[in-house]
Amino acid sequence: MEYITASCIIRKNSLYRNGRLVWEPPPAGSADFLVSVYQHFGFQYPKFYKMDQLGKLGWLAAELLLSDGLDAADYRPEDIAVVLSNANASLDTDYRFFATVRDIPSPALFVYTLPNIMIGEICIRHQFKGENAFFIFESFDAGFIEAYVRDLMENGKARACVCGWVEVLGDSYTAALYLIEKNLTTLPFTAENMNSLFGTQNTRHD
Amino acid sequence: MTNVYVVSDTIYSPLGSTTAENFSRLANGVSGVRLQDRPEMADQPFHAALFDPESSPGDPRYTKFEQLLIETVGQVLGSAGIEPADPRTILILSTTKGNISLLESGIEDPARISLTGSSRLIAGHFGFVHPPIVISNACISGILALITAMRLIRSGRYDTAVVAGADVISKFVLSGFGSFQAISPGPCRPFDQARDGINLGEGAGALILSGKERYRGRLRIRGGSVSNDANHISGPSRTGEELAQAISQSLADAGCAAGEIDFISAHGTATPYNDEMEARAITLAQVRTAPVNSLKGYYGHTLGAAGLIESIVTLQSMREDLVLASLGYENNGVTMPLNICSSLLHVPLGHCLKTASGFGGCNAALVMSK
Repeated sequence: MEYITASCIIRKNSLYRNGRLVWEPPPAGSADFLVSVYQHFGFQYPKFYKMDQLGKLGWLAAELLLSDGLDAADYRPEDIAVVLSNANASLDTDYRFFATVRDIPSPALFVYTLPNIMIGEICIRHQFKGENAFFIFESFDAGFIEAYVRDLMENGKARACVCGWVEVLGDSYTAALYLIEKNLTTLPFTAENMNSLFGTQNTRHD
Repeated sequence: MTNVYVVSDTIYSPLGSTTAENFSRLANGVSGVRLQDRPEMADQPFHAALFDPESSPGDPRYTKFEQLLIETVGQVLGSAGIEPADPRTILILSTTKGNISLLESGIEDPARISLTGSSRLIAGHFGFVHPPIVISNACISGILALITAMRLIRSGRYDTAVVAGADVISKFVLSGFGSFQAISPGPCRPFDQARDGINLGEGAGALILSGKERYRGRLRIRGGSVSNDANHISGPSRTGEELAQAISQSLADAGCAAGEIDFISAHGTATPYNDEMEARAITLAQVRTAPVNSLKGYYGHTLGAAGLIESIVTLQSMREDLVLASLGYENNGVTMPLNICSSLLHVPLGHCLKTASGFGGCNAALVMSK
């Protein structure tokens, strides 16, 4: 059986870890908000400042998810998968890159015009070398993510998985990451439990 | 385990509008890459494989990206007699940039540009009942779409998957790769000593996969795997270990020994780093004696369509037991030499491997079998 052994939800200036509100900074735009989260938790990772908004949000959510969630000694790098999704791919950065095209196209922005770069950032930070996938859905499809990740874990393709939703467009941002592991008898890995932690039963995603 | 059969396939590219047309051009050594003078994309002429700007594959109410998907999905549905409204059928789409060229026409509305908007239009056009699954995972998108389809069919969630991918070259994409100094000034030369970068290309590919035993005897998608380098977001692994891991895992998934691989369709982008990494990975995974080619010399790098177009060409190679020449290759240019095909090779092809790697450190491998 697979279980949700940790979760991290970031929405509307609120951070939830494992279902509990852990910080509520004053309302701000996404750029200020993401940097304030980084500073509040005292993270030390200079590459953070080079990332685009999507990369920063995904990196922060993974950092909070895994800070006391995953015992790396239990796994080989290739055992850990990252399966993420969102609605607008890298469109937030696509606009920013395109604004540079008339003048001098920015390679530092261009590399972020793919949503899976965020998966790369999380894999580099945590040395995960397993399965990857980035899917685009109109809203968080917990049922599909559950089925895809369960298939990986029950067919020996992964022993742990970071999965969920990371979306940024303008000042709107939402992240919901889940750590899925086997045989730890915590919260069963189901679409219902992911949605319940996300708070999407009535409101859908933002 | 459920077998996953290839029911029908097509390629719509500057080289032709069906798999057969494309393959016949390739077998005759015809390349779609040529010097393009397109002031709307670049001040200087550049080498790429592009569609004639005057021609359009379909209904102008749709964007060029959407027209390519509609054309290819329409072809594979028609030739297979598959009913899109069947709830056991799923549509899977693969692309890196979709409608991003709309920005160049001043259209910025996320609802029109976004991949979810396009995918809804295409699903609606054909009457698919489920929302499509859209995969955007850099240059492995096409292979990941096939792997996802295989997994969904094997798990019993669907009987049939229609998999289609497309990308269109625009100023956005061209200037981005240009800013990376990644584009060759001439025709690209995968795995060659003198290789100096990619050519871009546009095109689309589509396949129908089915788990139904009525298709027994057709070619099969037999195994696949994905990995991450965890090293750099825009440069490949130095060792190739992670692509090698994806190759070995895909062979294990297929129940196939390394020595059984008869041919490898490599990613072979013709950048110095990609081809070197790929040669190391192929060596580490112990499949280096198999004949290898890269199709980038014919199609350029078709981004989110590349994995599909190149897998479909591989399937056609298997039907004809014919390995195509790797265009642009003369002298070995990697530290662990591969068996690069420099001319047509008639050889029985029972099991073939397709590989790809992309930005974000992603790698994918796929095994296709008779």
